[in-house]
Amino acid sequence: MSEFFLSMEHISKSFPGVRALDDAMLQARPGEVHALVGENGAGKSTLMKILTGALAKDAGVIRLNGSEVLISDPAGALALGISMIHQELNLIPYLDVGQNIFLGREPLRSGGRIDWNALYAHTQAQLDLMQIDLDSHATVGHLSIAQQQMVEIAKALSRQARLIAMDEPTSSLTERETARLFDLIRSLKSQGVTIIYISHRLEEIFDIADTVTVLRDGKWVGTYPVREVTSADLVQKMVGREVEDLFKKEAAARQNIVLQAKNVSSAGFLHDISFDLYRGEILGLAGLVGSGRTTLARTLFGAEAIERGEIWIEGKRVRIDSPQDAIRCGIGLVPEDRKEQSLFLNMAVADNITMSALPKLSTAGLIDFRRLRRVAREYVDTLDIRTPSLTQRIRNLSGGNQQKVAISRWLTLNPHILIMDEPTRGIDVGAKAEIHALMSQLAKQGMGILMISSELPEILGVSDRILVMREGRIAAEFTREQATQEKIMLAATGTQH
Amino acid sequence: MTSAETDKPETKPQSTSPSISSLRNIIFRYGSLLFLILLLGGLSVASPSFRTPTNLVNVALQTSVLVIVGMGQAYTMMTAGIDLSVGSVIALSGAVAAGLAAQPANLPAGTYGGQGVAPVLAIAIALGVGALVGALNGVLYVRGGIPPFVATLATLAIARGLTLVYTGGYVIPATDPVLTFLGAGQMGPLPVPVIAMIILFGVLWFILTQTRFGLHVRAIGGNAETTRLAGVRTNRVIVGTYVLSGLMAAIGGTILMGRLNSAQPNVAVGFELDAIAAPVIGGVSLFGGVGTMTGTVIGAFIMGTLSNGMNLLGTDPYLQQVIKGVVFMLAVAWDFYSKRKR
Repeated sequence: MSEFFLSMEHISKSFPGVRALDDAMLQARPGEVHALVGENGAGKSTLMKILTGALAKDAGVIRLNGSEVLISDPAGALALGISMIHQELNLIPYLDVGQNIFLGREPLRSGGRIDWNALYAHTQAQLDLMQIDLDSHATVGHLSIAQQQMVEIAKALSRQARLIAMDEPTSSLTERETARLFDLIRSLKSQGVTIIYISHRLEEIFDIADTVTVLRDGKWVGTYPVREVTSADLVQKMVGREVEDLFKKEAAARQNIVLQAKNVSSAGFLHDISFDLYRGEILGLAGLVGSGRTTLARTLFGAEAIERGEIWIEGKRVRIDSPQDAIRCGIGLVPEDRKEQSLFLNMAVADNITMSALPKLSTAGLIDFRRLRRVAREYVDTLDIRTPSLTQRIRNLSGGNQQKVAISRWLTLNPHILIMDEPTRGIDVGAKAEIHALMSQLAKQGMGILMISSELPEILGVSDRILVMREGRIAAEFTREQATQEKIMLAATGTQH
Repeated sequence: MTSAETDKPETKPQSTSPSISSLRNIIFRYGSLLFLILLLGGLSVASPSFRTPTNLVNVALQTSVLVIVGMGQAYTMMTAGIDLSVGSVIALSGAVAAGLAAQPANLPAGTYGGQGVAPVLAIAIALGVGALVGALNGVLYVRGGIPPFVATLATLAIARGLTLVYTGGYVIPATDPVLTFLGAGQMGPLPVPVIAMIILFGVLWFILTQTRFGLHVRAIGGNAETTRLAGVRTNRVIVGTYVLSGLMAAIGGTILMGRLNSAQPNVAVGFELDAIAAPVIGGVSLFGGVGTMTGTVIGAFIMGTLSNGMNLLGTDPYLQQVIKGVVFMLAVAWDFYSKRKR
């Protein structure tokens, strides 16, 4: 027996262009709740995927109870008693509680019939053991998220799980449901089950966890008894990243307001969002994944319904019910997911640039291809888009050049306002700086840019002003001079000083 | 642990929920049955010849092939798949059975039939051919990664083409009473196809509700990846549903061959529409995961009663096609609508 039930040592994992884990470590004692924290992209999910067999590690060792184990697929992890409760629950909505818990392991009677009596009796026994009041015949799709989570935990326990990893388990639970989950976690702990607990909500970690491991940029920062750290310590360890001198935007002279949001709300996602965006500025929008930043962007752009509140553009109130309305008002949106929402992957560079400008480039419905090529050529030259030809398929370009094409498509429409969701995600450092320079250039020409980013150095380097969102609200606003990584992170996680 | 007070009412069985949602549940659950009862009632009033016992047995006889093929189809649909090849498999299996059993002297030149095989063996081979086409469908999907819609569209063409090649395009007579027993036999007051339909309903109901295979079929339609991660060999289950669908289509084909006393190469053209419509009308979801055998039978009888009634009322057969298409369209719209509600 070793001191640790689980010991993941020297774990490394690379994806093309990214080192997701670099000599990371996670060691958890039997029967403890071990929190795993880090910024977006720190490597928490990758580490858990390796533990549960969803990804293969490039290097490193995993030990259970001191002996090395090989985990090659999810079934292997389950067989070792490792279960994971994902944020997106893995249940079959049309089947009932008992059928879900025993899926693939249904007790049989002679002759191949499922022994339903035994199945429901075992289910009831498991639920009773966990003191959960649920009907084993209830259809899972009719249960609340909290109840479905209980079913997942019951499923894990009925498979004799000795370690359960939970990814943001409280993200869609009410306070009372969270309290019940914590009761259950404490009782699991007393039965010797080890819990790996991933959460952005630092206050929860002080409620439930015994030990906390901090990851940053795929590296192990440290493991601490929860009693010996404060949330300010944790935040400082999570963000301690150097602000590389990627790009420093020159300060913009503040001009008039171009976009004004007043109490914008949408059911359950956005609550009373109010802010001003000035002509010529880059307004950074920071926050954790799930804090509502993308929803806000899509709502301003008319892709999501606005429930209450007003949007004013250049002093006039406007109604935006669809992307067409937004475009007419001079708003552009460069979405986060280039491949799914931004580009026509199998089409040529020229077509991707001019797609939105086609009405301008055609007479009586016929496209003037000579003009189309001229316009495309213009953007390829001015934005320095590196492509062998205008007819090259966009999927063959690098991420940075793809993003420039996505931006050019908006520029053909001369928008006053450009919303950019993670504009440099998955783009290499050199191209990042070019995109940042381009954004700065556009702002200087009078555009107002709202930039969503999960990378604090990018937020700090590029923004004139910074808004921080948390749980659908604007949690804080900083000027470029006031802002630090710690302040933003504290606001984003809702931690008091 | 505090548990009792957070238990929500919707976790209790449906019957205890308030009246509006239970009314909705009744419509969701029994809508197709109510529609069938109204249809039977309406036709009984509108047409005296409809309500005679002879005609009701006739409706059952005419619907039996659709019930059998529709139940097989329902299995593929519950995995979120589809089998478009059933109409062609009906024709192919009928042709194989009749062709193998025929004496060469009775056949026109240009057919490959006439092997003079014993009728029982000929039928067994025909059923095997149906299962084989089904296996091909399943393997094209799970191994070849070809979506079922496309894979079974290809085998629809292949099976129909093989039928035409084998028969040379000619009608092959089937006169042997053993060969035609499944389609033309009579046991007591009931025609054999009706009895076969009842037995197969019992078997397929049992498989769906009482065996792992049946449960896993529905689980795959709900979430294939979760089912796979639970240790279920999902590929085998999926192939199994296509084999079952092919087998049911082949049984339907030999019944139809017996009823017509011949194998006709152009029989059951376009039958896939009926075979898909029956389960959908009966509440089997095109998105998978949801469905029952009882519902499929009800759906098939709605289609069958509709055609029988329209015939008796002298509805123009061309118009009948339009009406069937509209009924199918409404059922699909309902499926999409209730999917969003769920």
